Amino acid sequence: MCLGVPMQVKSIENETALCEIDGVQRQASLMMLDDVKIGDYLLIHAGFAIEKIDEEEAQLTLQALREALDMGLEPE
Amino acid sequence: MKHQHEYRDPQLAKLQIQAIQQVVAGFERTMTFMEVCGTHTMAIYQQGIRALLPEQIRLISGPGCPVCVTPVGYVDQAVALARRPNTMLATFGDMVRVPGSTSSLLEEQARGATIRIVYSPLDAVALAEKHPETDVVFLGVGFETTAPTVAGAVLTAARKNLANFYVLCAHKTMPGPMAALAGDPELQVDGYLCPAHVSAIIGAKAYQPLVDAHRVPCVVTGFEPLDVLQGVLMLARQVVAGAARVETQYRRVVKPEGNRKALELLQLVFEPCDALWRGIGNLPDSGLCLRPEYARFDASRQLPIVVEQPREHLGCLCGEILKGKVQPEACPLFRTTCTPEDPVGACMVSSEGTCAAAYKYGM
Repeated sequence: MCLGVPMQVKSIENETALCEIDGVQRQASLMMLDDVKIGDYLLIHAGFAIEKIDEEEAQLTLQALREALDMGLEPE
Repeated sequence: MKHQHEYRDPQLAKLQIQAIQQVVAGFERTMTFMEVCGTHTMAIYQQGIRALLPEQIRLISGPGCPVCVTPVGYVDQAVALARRPNTMLATFGDMVRVPGSTSSLLEEQARGATIRIVYSPLDAVALAEKHPETDVVFLGVGFETTAPTVAGAVLTAARKNLANFYVLCAHKTMPGPMAALAGDPELQVDGYLCPAHVSAIIGAKAYQPLVDAHRVPCVVTGFEPLDVLQGVLMLARQVVAGAARVETQYRRVVKPEGNRKALELLQLVFEPCDALWRGIGNLPDSGLCLRPEYARFDASRQLPIVVEQPREHLGCLCGEILKGKVQPEACPLFRTTCTPEDPVGACMVSSEGTCAAAYKYGM
């Protein structure tokens, strides 16, 4: 039930954003977020944007995973 | 989908599994990690993650499916409301098939009740606006991820001055049952994979009291396969080091303080109340009820109904499964009389219930 779908903001009107993923568009309420900009990636749950997706943190997590390579581990 | 591809990279997954194997090598007892989120349950079964982990690590599912933890008495209330004249029920899809004591919403619909499946609580507000002569009742089920969306719907209905929109409120909040199960000597939970999107709202700090009281490691973990594996790795490292702290794996979404505006919405519309959890029982302050200022939207106060005496189904082990004490295969009804087509218990109904996931994916 707590599924959140990452979608990109295409346009904003008042407190509602038009968001898109894979060509599917949905409206999402921005009641829970401040400072949303066109192009942001948001996590959408039950018609509401519940959080922004932090691109920098997303890359840092992946980088940490890739650094496992330097710990002497190698993919088979 | 943003980052989905990267967080499913099989090469990185292999590295993660090797890292987990290295961490637990030589560790002599089994570590039991519990997830408390239906989306984790699904992800772990769907991706076959249990089979990839070393034998020292056991993953179990806890009370993380909101539909599953909702007691049978609530379904009976919804059924009674559906039988009211001039009433329309609006709900997320999973609830319609959950068996009540003697009926379900699907059965009531077949008998003529008006039931609408909606994607958002705001859709229920729109239904109330469109049908001013009908009482529209939204079934408010879900944890802190969903409850703010219902708060938003109540505020929207208030702003529009709707006199025919109601919520039958059974929202529940998360750290409570985790603390209850952490103290259960039968279970011996060594660590929690904390729910990703509940934590987006309540923040990682919300688990600190649980860690302090029970010395149980908590890692807020995302839903993609690499997220889950990294969450398991972080928990295993804590257990091996004898540590107990809150860590966040899902940093791209979850902040220590959570979502301030969503928490404000929750506080504005709801207040904590005791709540009944299927399998666990009554837990103080683990539910959310509408504040007196919003009592006019409260279906349980405004729409009088007679509800039958709740009756659990004989032989159904849902309650034990929700506590992680019994696995679905051990239930005598699993796959025999209880199937996704004809479910006996809620855990087989919801697509994210443990029994439904075990039925579909096995293991």
